[in-house]
Amino acid sequence: MTTSLTPPRRERSLQDQRARAAFWFLAPMLVMLFCVAAWPLFRSIYFSFTDTTLSNLYGGKWIGFDNYLSRRELSSGRVLWRGTLVDPAWWNAFWNTVRFSVVSVTIETILGMLVALVLNAEFKGRGFVRAAILVPWAIPTIVSAKMWGWMLNDQFGIINDILLNLHIIDQKVAWAANINTAMFAVLIVDVWKTTPFMALLCLAGLQMIPRDIYEAAKIDGVHPVRVFFKITLPLVRPALMVAVIFRILDALRIFDLIYVLTPNSDATKTMSIIARQNLIEFDKFAYGSAQSTLLFLIIAIFVMLYIWIGRVDLSGESGK
Amino acid sequence: MTAMDIFKRTMFYFAVVVIVVVAVFPFYYAVITSFKTGTALFRVDYLITKLDWTNYAAVLGGRNFIRSIFNSVFIATTTVAFALLLAVTASYALARVRFRGRGLLLMVILAVSMFPQIAVLAGLFELVRFLGIYNTPYAMILSYTIFTLPFTVWVLTTFMRDLPIEIEEAAIVDGATPWVIITKVFMPLLWPALVTTGLLAFIGAWNEFLFALTFTASETQRTVPVAIGLLSGASQQEIPWGPIMAASVIVTVPLIVLVLIFQRKIVAGLTAGGVKG
Repeated sequence: MTTSLTPPRRERSLQDQRARAAFWFLAPMLVMLFCVAAWPLFRSIYFSFTDTTLSNLYGGKWIGFDNYLSRRELSSGRVLWRGTLVDPAWWNAFWNTVRFSVVSVTIETILGMLVALVLNAEFKGRGFVRAAILVPWAIPTIVSAKMWGWMLNDQFGIINDILLNLHIIDQKVAWAANINTAMFAVLIVDVWKTTPFMALLCLAGLQMIPRDIYEAAKIDGVHPVRVFFKITLPLVRPALMVAVIFRILDALRIFDLIYVLTPNSDATKTMSIIARQNLIEFDKFAYGSAQSTLLFLIIAIFVMLYIWIGRVDLSGESGK
Repeated sequence: MTAMDIFKRTMFYFAVVVIVVVAVFPFYYAVITSFKTGTALFRVDYLITKLDWTNYAAVLGGRNFIRSIFNSVFIATTTVAFALLLAVTASYALARVRFRGRGLLLMVILAVSMFPQIAVLAGLFELVRFLGIYNTPYAMILSYTIFTLPFTVWVLTTFMRDLPIEIEEAAIVDGATPWVIITKVFMPLLWPALVTTGLLAFIGAWNEFLFALTFTASETQRTVPVAIGLLSGASQQEIPWGPIMAASVIVTVPLIVLVLIFQRKIVAGLTAGGVKG
């Protein structure tokens, strides 16, 4: 072995050693994720192609796409379509989820941005305000659902009391129970609970914008609104895109708030709610699996489109 | 000009006041309600008129609620400890060692953390039944790993990326193995990040509802969110608002105190995920 060869070889062995160590460092996590994520996902998808029931998990037979869509011709010549894809309850849940996600995320983004703009200004008591907006975020969803359920109560709720005193409404409204206002009630609670998250992410984006840009704009006499749309918004866009997708994914899978605030209301049943109902409560285990698989597919396709169209860098690798 | 300035200033502080009131009032109202019983419940008050601890006594007197708190503490602590243990080494590998497929692996981990939990519910249910841990805390400890582990790995990876490379190079020159680098060199630097990540994961596990609802059957095994969510009165029409609010206050106050103490760190941890410019 000549001395001139030693450095590269040593370097390579060090590299090898690190790569080997990396493998063993990653292995436990990967095994664990396989057990709790990949395998259950695979089994759920498998169940959706069988007629498995809750009481007999291993007795299911393979029935192909029948849980999704099946066509049967009766002897009379009438064609019968069955399965989730022709189930009005599924499509109701689908549109409820889409409506909820679009409206809630839009409002949360706008309000979050406004709150972030306020918090980005320098004023006395800023720390106090930031602490205050963390309160809704820290409260468990179930607790906020109960709290708001009480405030929105038709007979004794404070919201009705305030609105009656302000003469905005002339009779008590059963916010959560009424089919016309149930979605509105859910939206109020969700917006209240998650706007702080949006605001904090927006604020982090805002604080990375160098101050001198604003000073330059001020000297040039640019109108503040114009500054916001021409400078601030383009600069926080990458941060905002990431925050928005996190929120959309969260909204698409919403379960707990609706389960507690407006149970059994057709106006607010989302895909997660009816999938769980079929899985656990109605003993249509395989049918529920098909619905949860569809929800997974919808979310997966949506994320890919979002990343592709919005050119979002989620891994944070390119910046390095 | 000055009149305009005063107007702007007033509007600004008005906005600040509105933000604070909207953020804090619902919880404040829950506190007010939790001190009321009987007909006082049905009167709208803006101040605490009388400190009536009846609801608290009722909630804490029922054996199951204390039990639920212990369940939740045990489940959340174990889940977080477990996730951190696995995440520290994994995120070292992801942040510091270059290997093929690293970007893809990071994306997969992020994807798992954003999974719709309902998509794995059927499979997890089967797994929980198969392992014989249905209706025990271990069902939750196992299933919560699906969101705590990817989350902790992700945040710790972004933290570790920012540690200066020189420290590690110096250790390598001294002949330190990757294991020594993690335990002796990085761990002392990582404590703040571990506390933040652990706290956020803890809150996530503490608040979880879907798995806890599905994998428990008896009242004694319930976690706090399920106990509160299913707290019911003698009849369907009669919702025990007083005790519900008392229970809500009991489980929320520690969280709020923690969040306020670790305020800055939490904000840093929340934003470490994606907002890197």
